Amino acid sequence: MSKEWPLWEVFIRGQHGLSHRHVGSLHAPDAEMAIKNARDVYTRRNEGVSIWVVEAQHIAASSPEEKGPLYEPSNSKVYRHPTFFDIPEEVGHM
Amino acid sequence: MYAQMITAEASDEDPKLLEEFQARIDRDEKIEPKDWMPMAYRKTLIRQIGQHAHSEVVGQLPEGNWITRAPTLERKAILLAKVQDEAGHGLYLYSAAETLGVSRDELVELLHEGKMKYSSIFNYPTLNWADIGAVGWLVDGAAIVNQVALQRTSYGPYSRAMIRICKEESFHARQGYHAIMQMAFGTPAQKAMAQDAVNRLWFPAIMMFGPSDSESVHSEQSMTWKIKVRSNDDLRQQFVDQTIPQIEYLGLDLPDPGIKWNEERGHYDYSDPDWTEFFNVIKGKGPCNVDRLNDRTNAWEDGAWVRDGLLAHGRKKAAARTAAE
Repeated sequence: MSKEWPLWEVFIRGQHGLSHRHVGSLHAPDAEMAIKNARDVYTRRNEGVSIWVVEAQHIAASSPEEKGPLYEPSNSKVYRHPTFFDIPEEVGHM
Repeated sequence: MYAQMITAEASDEDPKLLEEFQARIDRDEKIEPKDWMPMAYRKTLIRQIGQHAHSEVVGQLPEGNWITRAPTLERKAILLAKVQDEAGHGLYLYSAAETLGVSRDELVELLHEGKMKYSSIFNYPTLNWADIGAVGWLVDGAAIVNQVALQRTSYGPYSRAMIRICKEESFHARQGYHAIMQMAFGTPAQKAMAQDAVNRLWFPAIMMFGPSDSESVHSEQSMTWKIKVRSNDDLRQQFVDQTIPQIEYLGLDLPDPGIKWNEERGHYDYSDPDWTEFFNVIKGKGPCNVDRLNDRTNAWEDGAWVRDGLLAHGRKKAAARTAAE
């Protein structure tokens, strides 16, 4: 069995009102140590008010090769953008 | 620099894929971990980022040497914070390297086996407190010049690590300059110490950028792939130019009679460092190579029982949690 500590991905909430954002990764033997290490590594200068950690192996990700078929539906539906519709100036801001 | 003498090999992969890859680089698109990339691009990055990470970690040794002997409690606290930052910088970089399919432990072992290097600068000793100031000011100052350029490097995780590091690094250079300033404006003995530190560290500092571009034919592929963004000489010139007013303000001299403003070029002329010395240091014959590697290996081996114990504890807790579910 590997003697290397598992890899964790670290997410930090910068301030209240913002969502957690991926900031980097680190190695730790368990979740508790991962949070402590994340505190030491990623919040030395007031960067955060909340920390999430998740073991990297539990993250599922889309693959770059699927980029085309995955995002095509959003390219072909321009009417989803408000600017698709011309609204007369007379009706005011909409 | 923190990564010196990294050579990129040519690639013999599918020309179409290579062409598409180069087009992405030319468009300044960042390459992300799961994207296709030439094997040589991946290998070059692993070596460069790995060497950069090792430099951050080994760089803690010459400074750690003075933590217990800092002249005041405030200087001690500042130095501790700086050295802690370096550990963090090492981690950001190891993490970036790991996205390329190598593990941190593998990289650490390669370093300890002498198969990977760290920056030549950390094989010079820090003999007294003035050296600590000079290291922060000149060594971190040189590192910043390089790292600011590398923020634009083509590999996403490396670029993001550089952006993060640059945000923290200017504290390092400024605290060093501040410490030297206090000595340069202190007693004649203190001023002499500051001058002595500059005399010893100037040439090793400008060696950090690596040999002249005319000598390093291998950097061409790295430039094409934007692993490297600016040339060694270009970066070194910027460092020289920015350092002259700083040294003049201190009333100290650089140990180079060749320093002269060149009106035509719009830059300062300077003398080349002794490249024979540089290559000797790279080959392991610098003043501190043996000590540095021993210190690293001992720290790694002496800490093994702690790492193993914490891992065993973590696994036991996880197993207990699974059993309870």
